[in-house]
Amino acid sequence: MPEASVLELHAVSKRFGGLVAVDDLSFEVRENEVLGLIGPNGSGKTTVINLISGALRPSRGEIYLRDQMISDQPARAIARAGVARTFQLVRLLPSLTVAENVIAGAVFGHKRLWGGSARKYALRQLERVGMRHAVDAPTTSLTYIDEKRIELARALASDPAVLLLDEWLAGLNPTELQIGIELIRSLKAEGRTIVLVEHVMNAIRSVCDRCVVMNSGAKIAQGTPEAALAEKEVIRAYLGEDNA
Amino acid sequence: MLDCRGVSVRYGRHQAIDDVAIRVAPGEIVVILGANGAGKTTLLNAIAGLVPANGEVTLDGRSLRGLPPHLIVEAGLALVPEGRRIFGDLTVHENLMLGAYAKRARQSEREHLDRALALFPKLAERGRQIARTMSGGEQQMIAIARAMMSSPTILMLDEPSLGLSPLLCSELFRTLRRIKDTGVGIFLVEQNAKQSLAIANRGYLLDNGHIVGSDTAEALSRDEKVQTAYLGGG
Repeated sequence: MPEASVLELHAVSKRFGGLVAVDDLSFEVRENEVLGLIGPNGSGKTTVINLISGALRPSRGEIYLRDQMISDQPARAIARAGVARTFQLVRLLPSLTVAENVIAGAVFGHKRLWGGSARKYALRQLERVGMRHAVDAPTTSLTYIDEKRIELARALASDPAVLLLDEWLAGLNPTELQIGIELIRSLKAEGRTIVLVEHVMNAIRSVCDRCVVMNSGAKIAQGTPEAALAEKEVIRAYLGEDNA
Repeated sequence: MLDCRGVSVRYGRHQAIDDVAIRVAPGEIVVILGANGAGKTTLLNAIAGLVPANGEVTLDGRSLRGLPPHLIVEAGLALVPEGRRIFGDLTVHENLMLGAYAKRARQSEREHLDRALALFPKLAERGRQIARTMSGGEQQMIAIARAMMSSPTILMLDEPSLGLSPLLCSELFRTLRRIKDTGVGIFLVEQNAKQSLAIANRGYLLDNGHIVGSDTAEALSRDEKVQTAYLGGG
């Protein structure tokens, strides 16, 4: 094995009543890797993110962060252990300012900072995502994309070992997309491990080391983006002939 | 025909859009391109009556000025809002039926439902599912179908392709073209400039709250400045 695995899903299933949202899914994410989790709408990608972050508990199977089993832990303990995430539809704390939102990440995440050092660290993260100017703004004044930037800064403020991004690049225009892709590359360069749920194929191709492709809750392909996206089943279920 | 003249919106001291004029005729697709923060969502919200605006908005010659949002829907204008805004605790079917609450649509709701479900067959299979338990992309389909249920003459969509897989995204644009062919005028905000220009008749460029250009979709896709700014290079 070239790199140790940081995150490992072992035969994970999740049922909602009669619906099997995730079906016997196994994959690993290696140290310092950007893994793309892709698949059709409703294939279970966000459910996987929810299982890793502890928002949901698997019906079966285990999830490990390095040697620690996290799938039986509550979300707050998983955050402490070093998993941070963003949400597909942004979830900021609306009664707090931008800076306070990011400080919350530093206080309750992996990093556990407090007071002046939490604020300083939070401001650095805002700087990184290009939102330093909005520090004391109320979150309600932000555009949707700026909200997403704040949410990323909040996740980074916890100094996570594994960062889960759920469609973080969606809705960016081509210029903004380039900046977003650069940002993800810089996060990788500083040693972070990232799981990326995304439909923006340019981003998948240019930033992911490997992809796992899901359909109906199960893994249908994995490998480099070129290899995985060229598979017949992936083209049929996900890309469509127009986009292959 | 949707006709906006001199539409301006301020948020406190911030001028979000300034003196905007746009027109959308029945049976055409008009796309509005602009960076995030340019004021695209504000413009749609202003037309839909969700934020107070100055200026004149008419639909088929009738002024929408000062009308509350539900009467604007009644007049024939529907919005698929940013962030879906579906009713999470209701079923898919209930969400769709609420779309047909407007008097203009209530009588023929069955017909609208059939049409909406033909556009998104997946919603037919999932009619009894609680909406919030569906995936993001599926919820986006509900939002679009719900807007169609009000039988609009003008349909406005705020980034409908957000979160859709490449396959569904292509399907969505084909669907929009089919809706257009039924005589509905479509006013579309999209970051997916390439695919939206491909189906659009005309487009406007919005920059910093101002309309800075407008042309046929074909001319816009060839325009070098548009290519650099919205189409990701050449």
